[in-house]
Amino acid sequence: MTVLFGQLFTGVSIGAVLLLIALGLALTFGQMGVINMAHGEFIMAGAYTTYVLQQVITAAGWSLLIALPVAFVVAGAMGVLLETLLIRRLYARPLDTLLVTWGVSLILQQLARDIFGSPNVQTRAPDLLTGNIGLPGGITVANNRLFILALAGGAVVALTVALRFSPLGRRIRAVVQNRDLAAVSGIATARVDRTTFFVGSGLAGIAGVALTLLGPIGPTMGTNLIIDAFLVVVVGGIGQLRGTVIVAFALGVLQATGEYLTTLSVAKVMVFIAIVAFLQWRPQGLFTLRTRSLA
Amino acid sequence: MTTVVRDPVTAADPAPEPPTSPAASPTRHRIRAAAGFAFGAALLFAVAPLVLSDFRLSLLAKYLCVAMVAVGIGLAWGRGGMLTLGQGVFFGLGGYAMAMHLKLADAGPGAMPDFMLLYGQLDELPLWWRPFASPWFALPATVLLPMAVAFVLGSLVFRRRVRGAYFAILSQALAAAMVILLIGQQGTTGGTNGLTDIQGFFGYDLDDPVNQRMVYFVIAGTLLALLAVARHLTQSRYGELLVAVRDSEERVRFLGYDPATVKLVAYVVAAGMAGLAGALFVPAVGIISPALIGIVPSIEFVIGVAIGGRATLLGPVLGAVAVAWARTALSERFPGTWTYLQGLLFVVVVAFLPGGLASLIGLVRRRDDDAARPGRFGRLRPRRREGTA
Amino acid sequence: MTSIRGRRILAGALTLVAVAAMAACGSKTTDGNTAAGVSADISGDTVKVGLLNSLSGTMAISEVTVRDSIMLAIEEINAAGGVLGKKIEPVGEDGASDWPTFAEKAEKLIREDRVAAVFGCWTSASRKAVKPVFEKNKALLFYPVQYEGLEQSPYIFYTGATTNQQIVPGLDYLKAQGATSLYLVGSDYVFPRTANKIIKAYAEANGMKVLGEDYAPLGSTEFGTITNKVKSSGADAVFNTLNGDSNVAFFKEYKSAGLTAASMPVVSVSIAEEEVKSIGTQYLEGQLTAWNYYQTTPGATNEKFVAAYKAKFGADKPTSDPMEAAYVSVHLWKAMVEKAGAFDVEKVRGAADGITFEAPEGLVTVDGATQHIAKTARVGKVGADGLITEVWNSGQPITPDPFLKSYPWAGGLS
Repeated sequence: MTVLFGQLFTGVSIGAVLLLIALGLALTFGQMGVINMAHGEFIMAGAYTTYVLQQVITAAGWSLLIALPVAFVVAGAMGVLLETLLIRRLYARPLDTLLVTWGVSLILQQLARDIFGSPNVQTRAPDLLTGNIGLPGGITVANNRLFILALAGGAVVALTVALRFSPLGRRIRAVVQNRDLAAVSGIATARVDRTTFFVGSGLAGIAGVALTLLGPIGPTMGTNLIIDAFLVVVVGGIGQLRGTVIVAFALGVLQATGEYLTTLSVAKVMVFIAIVAFLQWRPQGLFTLRTRSLA
Repeated sequence: MTTVVRDPVTAADPAPEPPTSPAASPTRHRIRAAAGFAFGAALLFAVAPLVLSDFRLSLLAKYLCVAMVAVGIGLAWGRGGMLTLGQGVFFGLGGYAMAMHLKLADAGPGAMPDFMLLYGQLDELPLWWRPFASPWFALPATVLLPMAVAFVLGSLVFRRRVRGAYFAILSQALAAAMVILLIGQQGTTGGTNGLTDIQGFFGYDLDDPVNQRMVYFVIAGTLLALLAVARHLTQSRYGELLVAVRDSEERVRFLGYDPATVKLVAYVVAAGMAGLAGALFVPAVGIISPALIGIVPSIEFVIGVAIGGRATLLGPVLGAVAVAWARTALSERFPGTWTYLQGLLFVVVVAFLPGGLASLIGLVRRRDDDAARPGRFGRLRPRRREGTA
Repeated sequence: MTSIRGRRILAGALTLVAVAAMAACGSKTTDGNTAAGVSADISGDTVKVGLLNSLSGTMAISEVTVRDSIMLAIEEINAAGGVLGKKIEPVGEDGASDWPTFAEKAEKLIREDRVAAVFGCWTSASRKAVKPVFEKNKALLFYPVQYEGLEQSPYIFYTGATTNQQIVPGLDYLKAQGATSLYLVGSDYVFPRTANKIIKAYAEANGMKVLGEDYAPLGSTEFGTITNKVKSSGADAVFNTLNGDSNVAFFKEYKSAGLTAASMPVVSVSIAEEEVKSIGTQYLEGQLTAWNYYQTTPGATNEKFVAAYKAKFGADKPTSDPMEAAYVSVHLWKAMVEKAGAFDVEKVRGAADGITFEAPEGLVTVDGATQHIAKTARVGKVGADGLITEVWNSGQPITPDPFLKSYPWAGGLS
């Protein structure tokens, strides 16, 4: 029972990490069809932001809290820069954006190496987040995992509310559903694209801050999770957040269960097979946005 | 997306060709192709062995293997529009099939490869290794195994119309899964080490430079043969159809063709080429390991193709060789700078020169080959996002 | 029309292949023109040595520091007049964390640069990739990292610990502390898998129980499940053979789960001072590591080494076991060459047995039969300052035994 709950919680928290990363991708990939391979490096930027802030503000708790908005802006700004310089030239060639952004990610990794050195850097987590909460029955729940879960939940709620009720959200939804019609209706699609990219990349920055609580902070930290996050978006379906949310948690639990029963390697392969099988059933993902576009 | 449907004939039928098109003057074109092949053969078989030291020649052999993969990618991606980021898997299948046979041959009949005794603690050869003892199984397997995997995956994926970005990500995940699987089975696959220390190649001692040279000749010959196959395919009616599918899959479907089958053929052929490349890589380099088949090498295969010119015949080959050579030459001096350069080259070429370096030559010669210009469909239908379809 | 043309070209190409293959086979005789025995270029007043480390890619983190300490040793030797009157000229190559690249670069160093010896490699996979290259060309490699044993190439000198100089003493220490059950956690590659096989054999012979064994792919940073398993096993100690980035994630998770050095100590064999720095003492304080050298190892030789290293590469740079082993390897090579009176590989190998060197870790002796070196084993505890302090040592150098032939319980391993 203890183990079962522990594994369930582990699965959910793997899902929360995936979700934090995939949310940003769901926005950029969903709206613009852009596969941003440099998304992982925006995560890295968020993590290094935490590190740099901690050099200035030594109190671990405060620096982490301040890092959240700062990382959002830093990663978001990098995203806007990337969008303006390169991606907007490539909207007609989405596959090429994949390759171009991969080149960008190489450059950013090397840049991180030259600025911060190739060894990993360390940040101190606030003491509150290194402990755990004991529940009856010997069950413990790690505080850092709870924090990330809350962060992911908060991001989903904030994003949903913004998309549904704010004027910007309405414009984003309009562009996702039918870009041409939105443009004809007087929406400045280029500006909406840029804003979406800012928010999507900014979310990667926040994911980076969260990851400092879990793993290493180094030049290649973004590459590990990016493929999984893309799979979440692909399986979840494009243009809607609920697919991404459901699939992120489902994959997390599937992986944790598979790993518990067998090994991590086998679990990863199992997840891949499950995804190919799933796409046989719903090739457009879990939820498909019905649009008027034929393409 | 609603666009005005143009005359469907021009989109799929090769008939109306401008008089300057190569196919309009077959004789001249054939002569040029033959001359090109003769020139390439002379370069590879006569000039290179004379000019290069044994060591550099063996490096060239390695580059040519990468070029073989590139020929396949040129077909699947340049012509067929399928961005396959998992060619490493097929390269690896071919390589492992060959290496398994050579390891068994090295060990001698009935014996087990050295690493299995060290790490596997197995009492006998695993069942799935046994057929590879026979060259009559192993050699065809280097090509047929990757083709079979590609066939299964391709027919599942293409029939369900998974394409564009979805396909690219899926093929990438395949590479990741394959690597994890190989590493996890250390006792029988060699794990991260891969299969190393391959001594002989069908009775020839690979340490002997004369035999290394022989391997080089076989590789160079195979590359030329693969080029001939690729040329044959792209010049045929099938080649036209493939380009049509790339440019507008729906339209081809409306015309009564099955785009899934058209794509499947190119994907399977590309997988076979990658498998053959992997198989020949093993005697040339003496090692096959998961490090050669994961996500990063798979993307690097694509880099060469993009830089050379994805939709041309020779572009991928020259691009692959150039990038591999640059990597060796530059990384010797500037390991850090090389990463910047690699990234930058990639960004600049793909973003601003989608036809690759071959399109520079094309500009000079003003050849107007529809299929060789991947940027064109983008211009015709601005802001079309086929990846999200 | 088109297809006929294509077939003709295809036929032409195939003929070419056949002709080429025949031509090649025609010249195929074993006429002694083999690659074997490329001799080092010692014609000038310098002698070249190769440095083969990953300067880019995932392994750069560790291997750059090894390159630094090799350079330090070369500088020291050159300042003292060189080897046999010749200054050492280092030729550096980047292995790029990619095993086939290691093989390619090794070949280049041996055949194009004609170096007298090569220093480097870190992962077992890179060593396995270059091993045939060195054996084929009869050239020398000095390998400076602790490894899984079960290997003995005539053309490799192993200056890091083999299993009986690190893992077995680590287990002895745990046993002496009263541990009766272990949980094994490792990265998924050769070293951890082989090490764990040895640990299991040891445990069986010594009445210890192995309660579980888990592997994470290299670079994996998700340890929730493994930590759950470790925690619920209730083992007395964890034996950790994780490598690189994974350690950071593992120890963060370990602490979050409420596990401490007091409740369930972790013995690590791949965490040196440099890694401690990037994981953080917040997570590591009190945990154990097994090595042959720590920056804090007492002795004037080590003080000099640490001071020289910090003066050259920065006061905040710690020294660690693999760096020390790499530093020692250059000095050992020099001693071998001088004893042999020549750079010739076979003569150097012949002179190797019994060479001693007063190393930062203490006196080391080359064992000619195995080409490993006798080293003192140590277990240390991570302190709040990020340094590791010794809590136990083997008292005297342990004779290397890569195939564990002198341990009855290891009979079935090799």
